[in-house]
Amino acid sequence: MSSEESVMERPTRSGSETGEVVLSARNVAKSFGSVHALKSVNFDIRRGQVTTLFGENGAGKSTLMKILSGVIQPSAGEIVLDGEPVRFSSTVDAQRHGISIIHQELSLAPNMNVRDNIFMGRELGGPGGVDYAEEARETERLMAELDEPIGPLTLVEDLRLGQQQIVEIARALSVNSRILIMDEPTSALSASEVEVLFRVIEDLKSRGVSIVYISHHLEEALTITDHAVVLRDGAMTAWAERSEIDLEWIVRHMVGDNFDLGSPPTGHTMGEVALSFENVSVADVAVPERSVVDRLSLAVRAGEIVCIYGLMGAGRTELLECAAGRVSASEGRIMLEGEDISSLSIAERIERGLVLVPEDRQRDGLVQTMAVGENLSLASIGAFTRGLLTSRGREQAVIEASIRNVHIKTDGGAAGIGSLSGGNQQKVVIGKMLATHPRVVLLDEPSRGIDIGAKAEVFRLLAEGASNGLAVIYSTSEVGECLSVAHRIVVMSRGRISAEFGADVTREEIMAASGESAEG
Amino acid sequence: MSDVQQGASSANASSPRSASGRSGGFDLGRILLEGRAFFALIAIIIIFSILSPVYFSTNNFLTMSSHVAIFGLLSIGMLLVILTGGIDLSVGSTMGLCGVMAGFLMQGVSVDAFGVTLYPPVWAVVVLTCVLGAFVGMINGVLVSIFRVPAFVATLGTLYVARGAALLMTDGLTYNNLGGNPEFGNTGFDWLGFNRLFGVPVGVLIFAAVAIACMFALNRTPFGRWVYATGGNARAAELSGVPVKRVQVWVYVLSGVCAAIAGLVLSSQLTSAGPTAGTTYELTAIAGVVIGGAALTGGRGNVRGTLLGAFVIGFLSDGLVIIGVSSYWQTVFMGAVIVLAVLLNSIQYKPRKKRAASTEHQKASPSSGTA
Repeated sequence: MSSEESVMERPTRSGSETGEVVLSARNVAKSFGSVHALKSVNFDIRRGQVTTLFGENGAGKSTLMKILSGVIQPSAGEIVLDGEPVRFSSTVDAQRHGISIIHQELSLAPNMNVRDNIFMGRELGGPGGVDYAEEARETERLMAELDEPIGPLTLVEDLRLGQQQIVEIARALSVNSRILIMDEPTSALSASEVEVLFRVIEDLKSRGVSIVYISHHLEEALTITDHAVVLRDGAMTAWAERSEIDLEWIVRHMVGDNFDLGSPPTGHTMGEVALSFENVSVADVAVPERSVVDRLSLAVRAGEIVCIYGLMGAGRTELLECAAGRVSASEGRIMLEGEDISSLSIAERIERGLVLVPEDRQRDGLVQTMAVGENLSLASIGAFTRGLLTSRGREQAVIEASIRNVHIKTDGGAAGIGSLSGGNQQKVVIGKMLATHPRVVLLDEPSRGIDIGAKAEVFRLLAEGASNGLAVIYSTSEVGECLSVAHRIVVMSRGRISAEFGADVTREEIMAASGESAEG
Repeated sequence: MSDVQQGASSANASSPRSASGRSGGFDLGRILLEGRAFFALIAIIIIFSILSPVYFSTNNFLTMSSHVAIFGLLSIGMLLVILTGGIDLSVGSTMGLCGVMAGFLMQGVSVDAFGVTLYPPVWAVVVLTCVLGAFVGMINGVLVSIFRVPAFVATLGTLYVARGAALLMTDGLTYNNLGGNPEFGNTGFDWLGFNRLFGVPVGVLIFAAVAIACMFALNRTPFGRWVYATGGNARAAELSGVPVKRVQVWVYVLSGVCAAIAGLVLSSQLTSAGPTAGTTYELTAIAGVVIGGAALTGGRGNVRGTLLGAFVIGFLSDGLVIIGVSSYWQTVFMGAVIVLAVLLNSIQYKPRKKRAASTEHQKASPSSGTA
């Protein structure tokens, strides 16, 4: 059914004129409760051209993508497709209109072969069940079109990530998409695979397919884009053609002129080295010969806030998880206040004052089945245990102190975790770790998905901790954050430190340092 | 409408409220849903009391309770395992094996090298049997936590091995003489299952003691908190310093010990220890936990619910026997009750999120207006 319809809608190469507007967003807004994720966004997508969305994490890019691809519906405004206002009730509905999305996390079934993945959910029927031969022929045709010789019967798990990306694209093409949304398609690709992808994009453009492209690699995106849309805090700050813009223009609009979350705390003296990495390497889980952290050395002093800036996959998470004891180092050692802690368990490291606030709070930070209070006290049970038993009163004191200290907006310790907003949930995770009275705290992208007010609160907490002698390592992919909180900024790329700056560095310098190394 | 206004006034004071903050028409439904095991038990007692004159008597309740004690003990061990997100299919077999072990020890152990036969006292039999149960549990725990064998498969394997071991020990026969001999000083085994203390069967008292100990462990010790955290989100628990692997081993060990105690009580009640005792009891134990409202995905459930679940099963099946329903129908009834319980579990745990989200929406809009 759906494929027939989309066949009719398929753009004919001769009849259509490149550059004509196919899809436009008119005053599109979306709010989740009191959080305005997207405020009145306007832009056009033109036939056979690439429109890139720029913006930091939380700027609203993914919300916009979800609206365009039918995952969620806008709270206000409309989507205009070929001059007609449309409303996508689901991704299937959007696909029927020729809009496909390739997610950042690939959505292929690794245990199945390329052919079955491409036709998953819309298998071609034949007289004797599924017409595998026809599916295979179609797969081969798509692969030839994409100039990637992958056999239809190859298992997806045997493919390199870049090739898997190609399979995703083939799947999108097989439903005759005329608008293809690509969310960070290069984040997992090697340089040569990126080249292949860009060639495919050029080819798609020439066939009249419009591309909506999202990437954190600004330079990379600039090489292929025709239009740029810049988002900041849910609002569109700029919209221009490629010929009118440069890197500096994008950065200026991305981070804004008045983007200020305060400045690093000053006025206290820093103490001894609290935590140091000495030539630490961490092996890749999937490919043990490869190191995701490569002989890295770094030292943080008591009272110091060090930001690790880097793109996705730079090895920041692995470095912090290695310090916390989740993964073990394949080489080198980690010293906490002069003591080698490489062989200690997570619990022992927490006991010695080293804690990690993990990147993904849903997966690694919170126990959803427990109440706010139980989550807050989880890491410091020892503090309110006497003999074999826990003390209700002392636990309550710990919980209340945490709620007060990190300013969690909640009805009290008994409230369910699900009743809190994202920012408050993040504060629960931070509060839980701070309740253990750590001396070194590692934060892995703590500002992901929280609003600017909550972000400022997190920074205030860190500044307060630092002035009391807490050593902080803060990992982020947002430059503005580095500047507002860090005494020292370390740029990490491909598992190594590629540059190191003081607090007086500019945004452009940091971005350039990570951008250059990402290309090299 | 009134709900929204209420939400708006409370939203000024603080952010979204927990379940307790909601009021209105669905409260009765909520109470019925959350206390379903309790109401089911009351309903069972009322219905069977009407149908049979002998059902509602202290004596019958005590007899039924001593039946409940057997798989209730298994259910409590099972609860600990299920709370961590695992499952222990081996408890029925472990129970049988431990019963046989107790029977074997009561017959006397002949040591050929010295040409003597040792008759261990009853307390030693009890301790050794519990150690055996703990050992079987430890194998399960190590397989699950350290070797990462899925709990279902690991304990399924132990189910067969333990049953086979019990059959091997007895050659398929049953130990009948568990009374001990005053000459050897090993009498008193029947005390566990037969005697009464303050008019209550000892087995029931043991069951109550284990339940209270478990309740205490879950609510008032770090271990209990670790169990809930491990089942709720093992990754988060681990990063918070919870010794997840150790907790996993321990819950299986405790489940094994519970099975051993159940085996002791059963063989004492029957004054015989057969190698096939406790067959399919693991499923009854799981049913008790599930009827008691625990989630098989881990992290949710408590001892009180599991006790109610065990009593629902026991009082229902004994009631069906008393009023003379055929055993085939009994099986059908049990199955229906279990399915109904799981159905209600998913109703309780799923829409809660939706409802919380929708109230959040209601409250968010007025609060954003004032902010």
